[in-house]
Amino acid sequence: MKGFYSRKLHSLLGVIPLGFFILEHMITNFAAVEGGPQGFKDAVAFLNSLPLVLILEIFGIWLPLLYHAVYGLYIAFQAKPNNGRFRNERNLRYLLQRITGVLVLIFVVWHIYETRVQVALGHITHEQLGSVMHDIVTQPVYFTFYLIGVLSASFHFTNGLWSFLVSWGVTVGPRAQRVSSNICMGLFVIISIMFVWSLIVFRNVEFQASGEAMIQILRTVIG
Amino acid sequence: MATTTVAKKVKFIITRQDQPESASYTEEFELDYRPGMNVISALMEIQRNPVTNSGQGTTPVCWESNCLEEVCGACSMVINGKPRQACAALIDKLEQPIRVEPMKTFPVVRDLVIDRSRMFNALKRVKAWIPIDGTYDLGPGPRMPEKKRQWAYELSKCMTCGVCLEACPNVNEKTDFIGPAAISQVRLFNAHPTGEMNSEERLDALMEDGGIEGCGNSQNCVRSCPKGIPLTTSIAEMNKQTTKHMFKRWLGV
Repeated sequence: MKGFYSRKLHSLLGVIPLGFFILEHMITNFAAVEGGPQGFKDAVAFLNSLPLVLILEIFGIWLPLLYHAVYGLYIAFQAKPNNGRFRNERNLRYLLQRITGVLVLIFVVWHIYETRVQVALGHITHEQLGSVMHDIVTQPVYFTFYLIGVLSASFHFTNGLWSFLVSWGVTVGPRAQRVSSNICMGLFVIISIMFVWSLIVFRNVEFQASGEAMIQILRTVIG
Repeated sequence: MATTTVAKKVKFIITRQDQPESASYTEEFELDYRPGMNVISALMEIQRNPVTNSGQGTTPVCWESNCLEEVCGACSMVINGKPRQACAALIDKLEQPIRVEPMKTFPVVRDLVIDRSRMFNALKRVKAWIPIDGTYDLGPGPRMPEKKRQWAYELSKCMTCGVCLEACPNVNEKTDFIGPAAISQVRLFNAHPTGEMNSEERLDALMEDGGIEGCGNSQNCVRSCPKGIPLTTSIAEMNKQTTKHMFKRWLGV
């Protein structure tokens, strides 16, 4: 495929469906803040009650993610950052977009392994995801790792949305790009707060699993 | 009544390179200050008396320049870390020692002389001209609205100096990105009422490998352009035109 089309596809997939998925994930997590363990369980149950959920996952998340990640790495390693010489905000965001892209990839692979892969392997059930998260984020090292992960993901999505609008010729003039930049960075703050808030809530005791069986399961998950 | 004043000195650290393939090295020069001097007049001074700071004789520093009024684009070099025109770089406004380097995004020919051929090849690739040659008089072309002429004139100020390519983090040896200048020229010629008749050829060229998709939105180009050309607006406008062109091609309209 010619570079023009593969780059356009990369840009599109980052917003549709991956951007939508991030927003969906944020809302599901936030159910833990609003409804506690039961609220989170209900939100997860709702997602898994969607028709053809596996097809949705494959074509709405996994394949787009794979393409966006592989092509994104190619883009990231083509860059020759010059932020020492050109200290302006957009150039800093150019660099951060590439750094957060790599960070998010590492984070997402790890996060999928801990959750979705374990469900697929039958080690845990969807109902136990809340307590799995509780056991992960109560450890300071993993909590920090998750914090960096969700902040990187929020930035990468919102800043990517800004450059999507430029790359598709929606925001052309400097004023349009400035306004869309303010909106996207506002979105970054909102998304970050909602993700971090739910991470903090997952640390609450109420998410703790009861019984020895859970501890056994978690040993296999976290290793 | 002779008053002795210590003559003000200007110090230069110049990156030099004898051959296209050889390693670069730096040499330091100290010159007497003269009011109103710029980097080119300093280089001329060194050419007249090629002696380094330590009193050692050396070869004169090579550079390119023509107009000396920032319209030809020949004297682009990196001065104190920023790519710019040497003729417009006034010594009074520069921090010392003044570091002068070639724009290494381009092949270095010798010292500060670089080969900007890739920029002229890029203009050929995107057909940055208006084909009106023929065997008979085609008559007057369509008129251009004054409002459009005003912004198009700004784009026509591009002197192919290469500063925007030097400033771009995506123009490097790992990519074949065409760079901001040629993309902006497509906008210029596609805006012209006669040039518009061949707009699709230029859009097709921008959609080839190494074309407009190489832009990473760092927006250094627009901030470093010596002519103040709205390069990022041009790139976004061409993103719009190529996107439209892509859909039109798919739909066959």
